[in-house]
Amino acid sequence: MNAASDAELVARCLAKEQDAWDELVDRYARYVYAIAARVYRLERSDAEDVFQEVFARVFERLDTLRDVDALRPWIAQTTRRCAVDALRRSGREPPIDQLPDEPDDSLARLDEAMTVHAALAGLSPDCREILDRFFTRDESYRTIGAELDLPPGTIASRIARCLARLRDVLQPDTAPRGGKKADRPRVG
Amino acid sequence: MTTPEERIAELLRALPTPPRGWIEAAKELPTARHELDTIVERIERDAQFRALVLADLEEALRGEGVEPTPAVVALLRRHLEQ
Repeated sequence: MNAASDAELVARCLAKEQDAWDELVDRYARYVYAIAARVYRLERSDAEDVFQEVFARVFERLDTLRDVDALRPWIAQTTRRCAVDALRRSGREPPIDQLPDEPDDSLARLDEAMTVHAALAGLSPDCREILDRFFTRDESYRTIGAELDLPPGTIASRIARCLARLRDVLQPDTAPRGGKKADRPRVG
Repeated sequence: MTTPEERIAELLRALPTPPRGWIEAAKELPTARHELDTIVERIERDAQFRALVLADLEEALRGEGVEPTPAVVALLRRHLEQ
C-alpha cells in the first residue's frame, strides 16, 4: 500500500479533489486530536471546536503553505495556536509554569507516533485493524473478538504477532527472516 | 527496559481516534465552503445581515436554509474573523 506524500496530497487538495481532502483529514485527525486533548488537555467541547477550527484553517489557507513538505509542522503550529486561544476563551489559561509539560517534547513524541502509524500501511489489513482497535480505539479483547469473530483468547497473541510485524516494518534490519535494509525511522 | 514492541504500543496509544462525527464534519468542508459562498457574499454587501450573523451565527445559517454543522460554523467564523 503506497500512501501519497504530504506534498502530493496538498497538490491534489488544491486541485479540489475531495478524495485527497478526505485522506488529509484521515491522516491528521488523530494528530490534531492528540495535541488538543492530550498535550493541551482541553475539555471535549473545546477540543471539538479546536479540531474543526484547525481543519477549517487548513482548508482555507492551504494555498498559502510555502513549503508543501512542511504540512505537519504547520498543522501542529495551527493546532497549538487554536488550543491556546480556546484556553484563553474558557478563562482556563494556565500560568506559564503550568502550560503542558514540555509541549515541544510532547509534539516530538506525536511526530514519532505519526511515523509508527504511517508504518501500519505496511501490514496486512487484519493486523492494521486489530492494532487500531486495541491501541487507538481502546477496545477490549471481548469487543474485538465479537467484532472480528475471533475467540477473545486469541486476541492477545494476534496483537503480539502484529506488533512484531510492525517492528519489522519499522526496523527491517532486525527482521528474523532477514531482508533488505531500508532507510526507515527506528523505534526503540 | 522497554522493548521495541512496548515502545511501538505506547506510540500507537499516543494517537487515539477522535469521534467519527468530528472526522466526517471536517471532510464536509469542501461542500460546506460551496454552500457558504452565497452567504459570505451577502455578509460582505449587507451590513444588517452581517450584524444578524454576528449576533447568532447558527440561527442566521438556519434562516438561510443551511444546516449549522461544525464544519460550516468553523468556516463562517473564520471568514468573519478575517
